[in-house]
Amino acid sequence: MVSVRLINLCKYFGKVKAVDQLNLEIKDREFVALLGPSGCGKTTTLLMIAGIYKPTKGKIYFDEVDVTNWPPKDRNIGMVFQSYALYPHLSVYDNIAFPLKLKKAPKNVIDKKVKEVAKLLRIDELLDRKPAQLSGGQKQRVALARALAKEPDLFLMDEPLSNLDAKLRVFMRAELKRLQKELGITTIYVTHDQVEAMSMADRIAVLNAGRLQQYGTPDELYGKPSNLFVAGFIGAPPMNFVEGSLVEEPNDYLFVTNEFKLSLGLELGELVKKGMKTSRIILGFRPEHVKILIKPEKNTIKAKVYVIEPLGRDIIVNVKIGDKVYKVIAPPDIVLKPGQDIWLKLDMDKIHIFDKKTEKAII
Amino acid sequence: MMGVKEKKMKAGRGYILHTILKYIVVILVAVIPLIPIWCMYLWLISQSFSGRVILGIVPSNFTINNWRFLWAPIKMGLKEYPNIWPITINTLFLALGTSGLVVFISTLGGYALSRMEFKGRTTLMEFIIALHAFPAIILLIAMFIILNKLGLYGKGIITLMGIILIKAGLECPMASWIIKGFFDSIPWDIEWAALVDGCSRLTAWRRVILPLILPGVGAIAIFSFLSGWSEFLLVFTYVKDETYYTLPVLIYHLIGEFKFIDWVMLAAIGLFYTIPTLIFFSVSQKVLLRIYVGGVKG
Repeated sequence: MVSVRLINLCKYFGKVKAVDQLNLEIKDREFVALLGPSGCGKTTTLLMIAGIYKPTKGKIYFDEVDVTNWPPKDRNIGMVFQSYALYPHLSVYDNIAFPLKLKKAPKNVIDKKVKEVAKLLRIDELLDRKPAQLSGGQKQRVALARALAKEPDLFLMDEPLSNLDAKLRVFMRAELKRLQKELGITTIYVTHDQVEAMSMADRIAVLNAGRLQQYGTPDELYGKPSNLFVAGFIGAPPMNFVEGSLVEEPNDYLFVTNEFKLSLGLELGELVKKGMKTSRIILGFRPEHVKILIKPEKNTIKAKVYVIEPLGRDIIVNVKIGDKVYKVIAPPDIVLKPGQDIWLKLDMDKIHIFDKKTEKAII
Repeated sequence: MMGVKEKKMKAGRGYILHTILKYIVVILVAVIPLIPIWCMYLWLISQSFSGRVILGIVPSNFTINNWRFLWAPIKMGLKEYPNIWPITINTLFLALGTSGLVVFISTLGGYALSRMEFKGRTTLMEFIIALHAFPAIILLIAMFIILNKLGLYGKGIITLMGIILIKAGLECPMASWIIKGFFDSIPWDIEWAALVDGCSRLTAWRRVILPLILPGVGAIAIFSFLSGWSEFLLVFTYVKDETYYTLPVLIYHLIGEFKFIDWVMLAAIGLFYTIPTLIFFSVSQKVLLRIYVGGVKG
């Protein structure tokens, strides 16, 4: 197993900066997810680590060895592609045996390893089939088996679950996590699905437009997003944002918009005031950190029920403040009607405030 | 009043009639153009086994005498032609040589055109298409000079090799273009997977990519084989020694002896000439039809 270090990694396609100044360290045996919207450079990063793309600038280290210019075959990597990329002309057995045959391993060793990996992934019944005769989930497991058979130091996965149906995806999520922990192979996992990243990874690197936005554990990303992009990307339904400004009052600070005023308290207000670069700030609150009240209370925001989305376990209430719609999660036993007046009480310990101009988190 | 059942039946009858008519038209259109071709082949086959042809059309008297060229030299009037077997081997040599060379060059060239980034790639591809605007015949004299300078003219089998080079040279651009399309259809993921699994680019090409484009390889192999097999002009122009004739040139010379022409034997030779083509086609047709589906994505 290896640790991976990316130092000032850049990849330009003509004038397009697909990956720009990326610095990342992945520890030995760690499961790291590269998360971001499509076109953010996460797959490009993965292909550079695999050695398929040559970086325009920067270095890649496996442990202390500079592998930047090594061809893919010398890096001992196992890779699973979004499309699975099985060899259609070979049987499942030969697909799994292919990397071992290239290593010129003896026949009995290959046979033993293929059967062992096939058993681990529960595809030992399918060894004689051709890829075309497999279902999506089976193909995916064959692709995993092929990557595992060569006993790689590093496991790369490029959205391996995105072609599976929803139920299988949830099952495979846990399965992959178990496998990774069991085998202890350093893993880099590319995905655009924040639920996948949050549920599987030890650490998540959020990328946008080729740049690293934040790198941390799922809890850090959720609890302390470093900027507006990460705050909006992590969490479902996403965080609500309200633009406004800070107004100083005697013994208090108010967050003021056209629709409402919210008291921040002295301590929080001082912090915000110190961190502000410009006069405009953005208040962020997660749907799950709001309480819906039927009657007005002190320091609440008046709103109207707009649409109700029942999910069984809880309900998502779309509320209207002025003419903007926000999402709030409420317990399922609450009775609300569209058009009804309600009051929102924010959990003030869990609000986020961002600078409008720099989009960086102030608190 | 007409009942619903009756209405349905009437509509059903109309539908059946319509279908029958449709099939009749389709069959007529599909079969009629084939009839003359079938007739000609039938005629060729029956001619080659008949002793006498009444009015030049109706065969009679079954004989295998027309096929005597298989075991005896061909005599026409006073002239005696070489045995057919060495000539067939010459033709096969030319056709297989061309086919082999074309497959080798264009699978590599097509891969480069499809997969590699290099300066002037687009220009090269446009140039390849433009090459086809010119008929090969205008190169006849220039090529003669080149063959001569290279010492490939008038040297028997060596000249045939020279012709293979020319033939392959003429076939390669189009073949590379065709095979490029097949390479284009192979997703990058599969090649990348092979690279990560431990292949060099060349091994990936040979062990993973090439097996996937076998239908394409089959196609260019057939086309270049047929083109080599039926090559007339180059052999006719450059080969002067009868021992190194190919079948098309031999048949041409046989027709040339119009005074002593033996039509029935010519039919037999014509039939003989098509046999390897049929065999080659039926073998490679299987490859052509074996197209893989479903290795990538669900």
